[in-house]
Amino acid sequence: MEAVKSQDICKADLKWNIEHIMERCTMCGSCISTCTIGAIKAGVIRVDKTFSDDIKPNPRRTHRTIPVIKQVNTIANACIGCGMCAKVCPNNAIRPVRNLDSRQTLLSRDAGPIKRGGRTNLNAQRTLDHIIVGRISQMTDPSLDSIRHTFDIRSPFGRVLPATELPFSLKDGKLVMVHKAPPVRSIYPLIFSDMSIGALSTRAWEAVSMAVAYLNEKCGLPVRMSSGEGGMPSRLLESEQLKYMILQIASGHFGWNRIIKAMPRMKADPAGVLIKIGQGAKPGDGGLLQAAKVAEHVQAIRGVPKATLSSPPNHQGLYSIEESVQKMHLSLNAAFGFRVPVAIKCAASATSVSVYNNLLRDPYKICGGFFIDGIQGGTGAANEISLDHTGHPIVSKIRDCYLAAVKQGLQGQIPLYGGGGIGMTGNAAADAFKMICLGANGVFVGKMLIQLLGCVGNEEGRCNACNTGKCPTGICTQDPRLVKRLDVDRGAQKIVDYVLTFDKELRKLMAPIGNSTLPVGRSDALVSTDKAIAEQLGLQYVC
Amino acid sequence: MCRIGSIKSKVAFSPSKALYLMLPQQEGHDNSGFAMVMQDLYGIFTPYKDKPLLSLACTQRGAQMVEDFMDSHNFEQVAEWIPVPNNQPGLDIKAMPYYIFRNYDYPEYYRDKPMSEKEELLLNVRLKLREILEAAGEGYVYSFWPDVLTLKEIGDPRDIATYFRLWDDNGCLMAKSIVVQCRQNTNYDIVRYAAHPFFLQGYTLCANGENTFYTKNKEFQKSLHRGYVGFESDSQNFLYTLHYVLHELKWPIKYYKHVITPLPFAEIDQREDKDVLKAIRQSLANLEINGPNTIIANLPDGRMLTCCDSKKLRPVVVGQTDDTVAISSEVCGLNEIMPDRDMSKDIYPNEREVVVIDNDLEVQRWKQ
Repeated sequence: MEAVKSQDICKADLKWNIEHIMERCTMCGSCISTCTIGAIKAGVIRVDKTFSDDIKPNPRRTHRTIPVIKQVNTIANACIGCGMCAKVCPNNAIRPVRNLDSRQTLLSRDAGPIKRGGRTNLNAQRTLDHIIVGRISQMTDPSLDSIRHTFDIRSPFGRVLPATELPFSLKDGKLVMVHKAPPVRSIYPLIFSDMSIGALSTRAWEAVSMAVAYLNEKCGLPVRMSSGEGGMPSRLLESEQLKYMILQIASGHFGWNRIIKAMPRMKADPAGVLIKIGQGAKPGDGGLLQAAKVAEHVQAIRGVPKATLSSPPNHQGLYSIEESVQKMHLSLNAAFGFRVPVAIKCAASATSVSVYNNLLRDPYKICGGFFIDGIQGGTGAANEISLDHTGHPIVSKIRDCYLAAVKQGLQGQIPLYGGGGIGMTGNAAADAFKMICLGANGVFVGKMLIQLLGCVGNEEGRCNACNTGKCPTGICTQDPRLVKRLDVDRGAQKIVDYVLTFDKELRKLMAPIGNSTLPVGRSDALVSTDKAIAEQLGLQYVC
Repeated sequence: MCRIGSIKSKVAFSPSKALYLMLPQQEGHDNSGFAMVMQDLYGIFTPYKDKPLLSLACTQRGAQMVEDFMDSHNFEQVAEWIPVPNNQPGLDIKAMPYYIFRNYDYPEYYRDKPMSEKEELLLNVRLKLREILEAAGEGYVYSFWPDVLTLKEIGDPRDIATYFRLWDDNGCLMAKSIVVQCRQNTNYDIVRYAAHPFFLQGYTLCANGENTFYTKNKEFQKSLHRGYVGFESDSQNFLYTLHYVLHELKWPIKYYKHVITPLPFAEIDQREDKDVLKAIRQSLANLEINGPNTIIANLPDGRMLTCCDSKKLRPVVVGQTDDTVAISSEVCGLNEIMPDRDMSKDIYPNEREVVVIDNDLEVQRWKQ
């Protein structure tokens, strides 16, 4: 009896169990060569079976050794449930199955805090699914026709001045601008969020940026993309397509050496600059790129050696909002001749309203957007404890910030963008529409884009290996062999198709409430089936 | 559907003309109220054109409260018209006990002040009276402005006219300009303050339709000006925006349409004045309206205006004779009061058009 050691780890302890059907398996080995983390291996087992190998039936029991696919029972090689083995198997002979009795989370902390990518696995509740577009135009105000009517779906990105401060003067009965106003771009209300080269493979980043260029140049949708904190290829910095990109500056300032050097040769201004203060998935933590992913080209773009890159949790030298405005906003505005909007991104927090209020009072009028990232946002790498236990839901936070601005009559002056879990269930248009009705000018999505490229990770612990350099889909890895799994053109097309459908679906929600432009703050269009949510957001409760 | 209309004439006319304009447009059970704002008054008000005229409906106690307030604030009553109602049985009207139309002279220390200061005083007084009457539940004050009279009541417009003897054409109540509306707001409780036309500092406006950006407009307007109150109707938004653009920002009238129904961004980009139009659209995004609407407005200088929503989801037509221009939701109203006009000159403004009638009855129309 004592042969069993209680501390030994077995298949039953792991989150995912490999289910292998020997009868279907041809032992081709595809699954083993496909598994990036070594969760399965070829092996043999001795089985007690009934055989008949005569010309006539002559069954007899015997012991035999047969080849099988075995699961590797170690934490380091624990199956992540990505399902690549199932995808590659020609005979449907193998698949991962979720193990409800897993002890893995408890047992994985021997080597320090667990690191992983993906989203929170604990706080994936969906407030937006308790909200319905419930104020439908009937009879007196007709619903519009989502196909025939024209819709004007654009959002401001930049500091919007109150009408009383617009630099207008009257000349021959016409208003004319007498001097420059802060730059405000009219963009599509769906921003591709900041995922760096480094967090993503160069090819995945390329696929997203190709989709952006296509959406702008072929489809007429001014979708903007944030570079993430990792810089950009010089060729892109010096191309016309830079106008679609929002350059991100985060606490590590990675990539900015190259950006600054490229400035004299820039043909176009970037769409904007986004100062990243925090991220919803790991608020209070800086960026994290583990050494496994710091490949040569990442070292070149960022100007760093091969090492784990931990950005500081905050911008060094900034200790107040006012100072951030004075130092970072002013210097970044000045860097581009005050022609480029400079926005700020913070993790949603119980303090977001105070920050927003303070920015609204900025006397320089140079904060061009407030991006709030909720707890359900994704990340390439974080401590699991941060992912699961820190952060703030985005929905009520956007509403709170909007209403704080309303209280002062300043709504719309610093555009609000919300992210973190948008499109989590696949319906980004519905999520975006509801966020807009609650006060957002637009939304930003990241995780959803890589899911369109083929990422299989989810908020229930599937895959989430973005940090390891072993991404099985070639999206979040710098391993050239794995990157080849990603078809860049098909990936870009998938994103383009999704956004085109997003646009149609957005119209399909605008039409029944009779709006041809974005209903920012039109909370009366929404109702909630949950009393607490209705009360918190100021919506009508319905049942 | 609300029916709205207006008449502007070189010759003073009676309110019955406005009723004849409106009644043919009535549909089914659509007869829940009547309201009008008369401007450029004649008849018994001819001698007092420069004296602010207070229009209110109230109880006896309300009347006393108003009198006390005006006395204590040194307003001197110079004239008064209290209609003697024809309270015959069977009339469909929810009448208030008293209707008071009273001209005051400004407090002595205000008489030499510029009109801009007097405007603020008149607004403050109206808002205060409204507050007092509302708190006590004793009445409604609609306008307090020189040469402007407002009457609003709940009931069948015909019966309301009978009650106030508006069919009599006895010459006591005359004007050269009337903006009128039949039917009450149905989105919210039926209250007198919800009936168009709405009035603010010389600006009168009524609208036919639904402003689906009501919440956005309201949340923004609340902090723009102390006079932007009530919001009993989604159409008040149009008035407040008109007032804000013309009176507060002092922009030319053509920018009003650019605020409420801005051009699509793609069209703005093609324009020479794109920088201005884009800045307006961005800064005043919360004043944009959506939904089906037609607006008729009267400006302090006497000009009359009409325009529609950006999809032309509500009708409006402008007809004219030598001495009169009328605007109406439906052409049958024009046919009733000006059957001999040249119908080929009727104007059906499109979704991008603004029509303005000046004091010489010259009709200007332009596309935004």
